[in-house]
Amino acid sequence: MSSQLDTQSSKPSTALPIHIQGLTKKYGAMYALDSVDLEVKSGEFLTLLGPSGSGKTTLLMAIAGFSRPDAGSIKFGDDEVILTPPHKRNVGMVFQSYALFPHMSVAENIAFPLKLRGVDSGEAAERVETALATVQLDGLGDRDIDQLSGGQRQRVALARAFVFRPRILLMDEPLSALDKKLREQMQIELKHLHEQLGVTTVYVTHDQREALTMSDRIVVINQGKLTQTDTPHNIYNHPANAFVADFIGESTMLPLKSDGAGKLFFLDHLIESNFKTDAARDWALVIRPERLFVAEKGATDSDKSIIFSGVVSEFVFQGETAFALLSINDQYKLAFRFGTDSSSSQNILQAGDQVSLGLNRSDIIIIPQEDQT
Amino acid sequence: MSWLNKPASDTQITHRDRLWLYIVATIIMLLLVIPTFIVMPMSFSDSQYLEFPPDHWSVRWYIEYFESSKWMRATVTSIQVGILTMLVATPMGVMAAYALFVSGHRAAKALFAFLITPMIVPVILIAIGAFYAFGRVGLNNTITGLVLAHAVLASPLVMIVITSALRNYDLNQERVARSLGATRMKAFFVITLPQIKFSIVTSALLAFLTSFDEVIVAIFVSGGSNATLTKHMFAALRDFIDPTIAAISTIMILVSTILLLATQFIGSKEK
Amino acid sequence: MNASAAQEPEGLNEKRLKTQGIREQRMLLSLAAPAVLAIVAVVVIPVGWLFFLSFLGSDGQFSLEHYQKMIEYKSYARTFVTTFQVSILTTLICILIGYPLAYFLAMLPGRLAGFFMLAVLLPFWTSLLVRTYAWLVLLQKNGILNDFAMSIGLWDSPLKLVHNLTGTLIGMAHIMLPFLVLPLYGSMKKIQRDLMHAAANLGASPVQAFWKIYFPMSLSGMVAGSLIVFVLCLGFYVTPAVLGGGRVVMVAMQITAILENQFDWGAASALGVVLLVATLVILFAATRLLKLDAALFGKN
Repeated sequence: MSSQLDTQSSKPSTALPIHIQGLTKKYGAMYALDSVDLEVKSGEFLTLLGPSGSGKTTLLMAIAGFSRPDAGSIKFGDDEVILTPPHKRNVGMVFQSYALFPHMSVAENIAFPLKLRGVDSGEAAERVETALATVQLDGLGDRDIDQLSGGQRQRVALARAFVFRPRILLMDEPLSALDKKLREQMQIELKHLHEQLGVTTVYVTHDQREALTMSDRIVVINQGKLTQTDTPHNIYNHPANAFVADFIGESTMLPLKSDGAGKLFFLDHLIESNFKTDAARDWALVIRPERLFVAEKGATDSDKSIIFSGVVSEFVFQGETAFALLSINDQYKLAFRFGTDSSSSQNILQAGDQVSLGLNRSDIIIIPQEDQT
Repeated sequence: MSWLNKPASDTQITHRDRLWLYIVATIIMLLLVIPTFIVMPMSFSDSQYLEFPPDHWSVRWYIEYFESSKWMRATVTSIQVGILTMLVATPMGVMAAYALFVSGHRAAKALFAFLITPMIVPVILIAIGAFYAFGRVGLNNTITGLVLAHAVLASPLVMIVITSALRNYDLNQERVARSLGATRMKAFFVITLPQIKFSIVTSALLAFLTSFDEVIVAIFVSGGSNATLTKHMFAALRDFIDPTIAAISTIMILVSTILLLATQFIGSKEK
Repeated sequence: MNASAAQEPEGLNEKRLKTQGIREQRMLLSLAAPAVLAIVAVVVIPVGWLFFLSFLGSDGQFSLEHYQKMIEYKSYARTFVTTFQVSILTTLICILIGYPLAYFLAMLPGRLAGFFMLAVLLPFWTSLLVRTYAWLVLLQKNGILNDFAMSIGLWDSPLKLVHNLTGTLIGMAHIMLPFLVLPLYGSMKKIQRDLMHAAANLGASPVQAFWKIYFPMSLSGMVAGSLIVFVLCLGFYVTPAVLGGGRVVMVAMQITAILENQFDWGAASALGVVLLVATLVILFAATRLLKLDAALFGKN
């Protein structure tokens, strides 16, 4: 095997790509992972995003070697590792519970992987200090684990995971135990750390905002299948289906009717005039609430935008934004979100107002219509 | 007595309302504890009839005990068997408990139930069964046979204590250790074992006590020069009340109490 | 989703992964092997042997004579009745005494509960032989209890409190009580305080809240404890042998007597098998019933 346990301290590690093919894991009749194919680029920060039970943690555990799949191939670079035991895979791992060793000090925790690799104590102590400095915990090496705060423990878990320069880093919802402010701070710090280390990172979370903040690419997982793999920008602006559109960001979905000749209509609005598809199915229009704007009275559809008219059925002030629901024909509810700037303070809208909202055609998102199960 | 009016619970029930419960519970606790310890002062009674309170204090029954070769031999045997049982049952139970806890296999649950059966099968049956089977292979009246039988009786206890300790332990630590380069075995010995060591000690002490106090199997399987303390005591109880037994009982009560308090102390340390 | 794996009937690496998995499980489960072997050697084989012996007649052929004797001979019937009597009575006494004690302990704050729990644990870990002996001494004609009771005028002449059913029940209740209190305490501790708050909030008086909510929820622990006590009483030997004075003959004592006096392994085994079967039947029936309860009334 060419990927030996790294003992050299001065060279920056070269990251490894991960090639996953046909990965399947069943529990009885249920597929936790359904023939998953995934390419993780060398050095990228890839997030596995999905609801609980989607299979994202199972996938991460399979990469780490703790969950034995029923079939498939996992390669780190050119090496097949699916039959390799976890202690030989040389990946760094951070758990949600941190799993720090309470009977060892901070320094001993971090030095643990180095000791296992036969690094002599002098060099190990140096590398521990460097790692501590990298996570801004300088000088805390002698502390006991139970003397640390949640945020500090998180950093020790991190330091322990990268001190031995693994070429792959895996993280299972490491920030979910922290409170909101600390979490957001750590998200940025982790991003910086990733840039510094340059190591291939696979990150698991159910928090879509976290995924959007940190990732180079996001993989959306649902029921053991990968639904969409793309950059945060593309996933947000071009969701491939209802699940992704719903899971990431807010959205309203409106049903579309096809005239059979490439035109799609919502009620009497022409949404698309040249829609090419060979699938005989229904389509839906996805509208992000913040992409709507208040249109002038009497505005109508144009080749630049579509205008929806209706009555405001709800209005909620939520701090830096306000949220409203527009009732169209008493049948459809369109969600609308806008910033609350000081000049036009409270009441742009009130329940009962007759309002027209506009959507630029460039913000139109069309997805396959799925049955509500 | 103003505390009687203070609330004893969040639903504003006062201590006075609960007084009847306190009295009843105290009586029951006294009824539990007094008979357990009443023998101790009585063992210092000079008379053959073990008065309480003793008219005359003396240690004659203790002297009889220490000077009797029969009792001394039995004591040594019981201690020997107890220690050996502890040394056999503890690793046996720890290994089994760990393996079954960590294995996700369906068979693990069934195996665990199987390993608990010595607690379900009536002891008398195990005793005569062992007596019969050991008789065929010459294990009766030997230390080996008795230790084997006692180890089987004690290991379910060890397994229950260790399983409970593992439930309160974050097994992810072993996974992390393995991801950092440790084999399963190394992860267990370096990470898990130090963290459950108090439970292991507690279960070892319980294994010792189980063997030391055990009566029925010992009656059948131990004998001759390898008879246990409990076997002789039982015989003495059936025939007549030998006051020496009071002295022996006192010593056994002390041993039990000290070991139990030790486990309580250790248990609190683990938290 | 991919189609490359569809060419083979099985997935990539499927066989090797399976083999590796089986090997790992085998290695783990082998750690339990010593315990398994020991139990097979000391429990399974001997008890199996006895089972076989119970069907071996005096002529060396298969026979049901030992079991037939159990139905015919009066001494067996007496033993069964006595055993059941003592077991049921002991269980009832334990419930009556044990429930208030467990409730008291459950109501105490943590540290106090740990301290008072010693009152249950100390007897529990003291040798049952020693405790039986203590009752023997306490209950004698000129023992402490008689002396004390007579001195305060409870009764005039010494009562026969030992070497009979009374003494046996007292001794067994004392020994069995922790087996009931501990599981009962456990299930009481699991009853969330919020439930009692909610009951009070909805208008229940403390007594109503107790009977309608607390008591039913503590039942699972009580039933578990009672089951343990009952089953232990069925097979009990030492205490009835010492405190019963020969007048209280329970199954375990009869088994021993058969072996000591007649050395009749067939008869002794048969009786032992009956005891085992009764124990197993009661345990399985009770666990089935408990599960039924859970199904009928939802969560416990």
